[in-house]
Amino acid sequence: MNERLLGLADDELVIGWRDSEWTGIAPMLEEDVAFSSIAQNEIGHARAVYEMLADDADALAFDRTPAEYRCAPLVQLHLLEWAHTIARRWLYEVADEIRITTLMADLPLAAKINREEAYHRMHAEMWHERLGDEPRFRNAVKELWPYALGVVLPEQREELCARVKLDEVEAVERGANDEAFAALHNEMTSVRRSAPAGAQW
Amino acid sequence: MIYEVFRRERKGQAFEHAGSLVAPDTEFAETWAREQYGRRGESVALWLVPRDAIHDVEDWADEFDLKYRRVDGCWIKARLKEARERAAARTG
Repeated sequence: MNERLLGLADDELVIGWRDSEWTGIAPMLEEDVAFSSIAQNEIGHARAVYEMLADDADALAFDRTPAEYRCAPLVQLHLLEWAHTIARRWLYEVADEIRITTLMADLPLAAKINREEAYHRMHAEMWHERLGDEPRFRNAVKELWPYALGVVLPEQREELCARVKLDEVEAVERGANDEAFAALHNEMTSVRRSAPAGAQW
Repeated sequence: MIYEVFRRERKGQAFEHAGSLVAPDTEFAETWAREQYGRRGESVALWLVPRDAIHDVEDWADEFDLKYRRVDGCWIKARLKEARERAAARTG
């Protein structure tokens, strides 16, 4: 169970970081604000789960080695192209809904997260409706699809296929953190590592 | 399309103009307005109004100085003050 929760928290932290890379450069000002806000929410969800798993949430979030993170490769991808970014956001939200609603029975925090995710889904679905027929978006979805499957457990994949109307393919599973993730991890932890021991913020 | 956004801070309060945003349709406008004007719990409700739906009134015939008809005219204030002073002098 803790392994699954750590995967959830790491997914939320890392997609929050990746989506934050759009702050200031999104295609429209309004979307910039909304996208950054959603990215912040995701990091907030990560914090809530880390706090549940450990006394020191910061230590759990930032003091592990890159190989110890349980995030799915989907969220690790460094995507500074809008079609791919929105395709990932949509795929991630659909997968995340399946995952989070499964956790809700045992975990009140999951229900709380789910209430906020409803707005993220509304945002993702809005973009999906608008770009769904665009070849650029379709290709991005196709390219990211094996990664999206890796977000959910094997027994949840049939439902994910039905939701996004794509056939199951071989998933890109968790546990394969690449060099791009190591670079992100380096950046993500740089301020924390630079602080002298015992620093108070 | 430009949407003017009005927000209600607390239940029972009047809506106040909060700002505006550009969105292709009402769905986008709602999503973006939620994030810009409601994500910190600063609003209990929003109104999104397409700017085109607003009828502007900003030209006035100002040939005669009609300010004297306003109840906040300074001469009324002065006369009220005098009357109060007279009343206070009588009772005092």
